[in-house]
Amino acid sequence: MSKIYETVIGLEVHVELATKTKIFCSCSTAFGGAPNTHTCPVCTGMPGALPVLNRQVVEYAMAVGIATNCKITQYCKFDRKNYFYPDNPQNYQISQLYLPICRDGGIEIETAAGKKTVGIHEIHMEEDAGKLVHDEWEDVSIVDYNRSGVPLIEIVSEPDMRSAEEVIAYLEKLRLIIQYLGASDCKLNEGSMRADVNLSVREAGAKEFGTRTEMKNLNSFKAIARAVEGERARQIELLEEGKKIIQETRRWDDNKETSHTMRSKEDAKDYRYFPEPDLVPVVINDEWIAEVRSRQPEMRQEKMARYQTQYGLPAYDAGILTGDKTFADLFEAAVEICGKPKKVSNWIMVETIRLLKENGMSPDQIQFSPENLAKIVRLSDEGTVTNTVAKEVFELVFLKDIDPEAYIKEHGLSTVSDEGALRAAVEQVIRENPQSVEDYHNGKEKAIGFLVGQTMRAMKGKANPAMVNQLLRELLQAI
Amino acid sequence: MANIISDDTIEYVGILAKLELKEEEKARAKKDMSEMLDYIDKLNELDTDGVEPMSHIFPVSNVFREDIVTNTDGSKDTLLNAPKQKDGGFMVPKTIGS
Ligand SMILES: [Zn+2]
Repeated sequence: MSKIYETVIGLEVHVELATKTKIFCSCSTAFGGAPNTHTCPVCTGMPGALPVLNRQVVEYAMAVGIATNCKITQYCKFDRKNYFYPDNPQNYQISQLYLPICRDGGIEIETAAGKKTVGIHEIHMEEDAGKLVHDEWEDVSIVDYNRSGVPLIEIVSEPDMRSAEEVIAYLEKLRLIIQYLGASDCKLNEGSMRADVNLSVREAGAKEFGTRTEMKNLNSFKAIARAVEGERARQIELLEEGKKIIQETRRWDDNKETSHTMRSKEDAKDYRYFPEPDLVPVVINDEWIAEVRSRQPEMRQEKMARYQTQYGLPAYDAGILTGDKTFADLFEAAVEICGKPKKVSNWIMVETIRLLKENGMSPDQIQFSPENLAKIVRLSDEGTVTNTVAKEVFELVFLKDIDPEAYIKEHGLSTVSDEGALRAAVEQVIRENPQSVEDYHNGKEKAIGFLVGQTMRAMKGKANPAMVNQLLRELLQAI
Repeated sequence: MANIISDDTIEYVGILAKLELKEEEKARAKKDMSEMLDYIDKLNELDTDGVEPMSHIFPVSNVFREDIVTNTDGSKDTLLNAPKQKDGGFMVPKTIGS
């Protein structure tokens, strides 16, 4: 009989904070600048350059700690982690080992297996490294230090997760909390949120943990889920063969769905941490914590309740809209402009989600403005355009953020309510579809639907549907 | 000398520091390191019970910057230190084997 194994998973999540400047210098953190344009002596590790801590980094870290039920370390400081790599110009990274800013928290997750709390061991502040691009033509790498010194927090969970499903639930919850706080945009594909997975397996019921491995290079939730499954299977196979698991860092290759070992013995993991002499300690008094706490924005649960009471939305709508920060922001801004919450909700929940799926996009890739969404809602609600036309125009809003009002005017897409024009169109449809007319007279109500459809088609979707219906019935009676 | 530095230790420290030492340099480094450790042992003789560990030599805390961009394009100065450059970046030996 084969053994039953339990998977034990802990995560180290790095999040790039949404500050304007780097953690220790006044260089910009803007994404996509030309190589090395956002650099100075501090973030390129010039001798004698001195770091000065960005206050906003401390406040974001505190905000995340408070929202994840951590204790704030009221006397905290930085440490030096020493290693050599071309992306690290100082030959050390300023991080926190001994007194990280937050400790002993946790968040509740919910999966098919039920609710549980995943503990947060600690959150610490540190600086990001530069970026290495491997040249395709020559056997060299090119280094860009624009990311060097960009502030990160590393959120270290307890080994409390037992499945890929729990890992994803934890990450989604964490991401939502941080996005609501505005502390980061948490885009996995752009690297502003990165997760390393520590995983071990043990026989069900065993008290001791098995030997764990650390998996890196995971840049989507799907890749993380596949890596968890893949590593679990690899470790179980080794144990079944009576082999040992080696504690090591492995790099996940999502295309091949396998991992391979990353570090050689030459690079021993001995970082020789010591207290950072160039930075003074950070003392956080009760007043400061209270101040940050009082500024915490509305979180998902409160927002969900408010959408139901203030806007009268069904719980289902409120759940979906608040499940993604982009949806919630878009919804609130559009309602502010047009004042029609349920209509705005429908446009987001039906058309927007459909188009996101069709285009293989995630909500954070939405390009259109709440102004243009509000216009579509108003134009279709007022009957300026028919539903059909509104949906077509909305596709262009979704893809290119066009101004729907101007577009409708320019292309003459307004609803036709001119009785003469509609009567002519209906008469022609009746002439061209004698079979349907006969069916109608033989009591087939459905036939009228077909004739309405044909008229709408002839009018390119612009005909006032109520008038078409009425005219059709009137003219059919007359036959 | 109370502290003896082994060949393995000097080899390991060399790897960590990315230094290749000649035999005579290793011998000298071993002697220096054991003397440093002896000195630390001397400091350890002091009774520090009840003394708070010091985290910084200055009695100062909470030195912050506000989050405002004041630095402009620093690429020219930064790249002055590049032995080789390409496309605005530092050119270094390839870092990842396939
Ligand atoms: Zn800088």
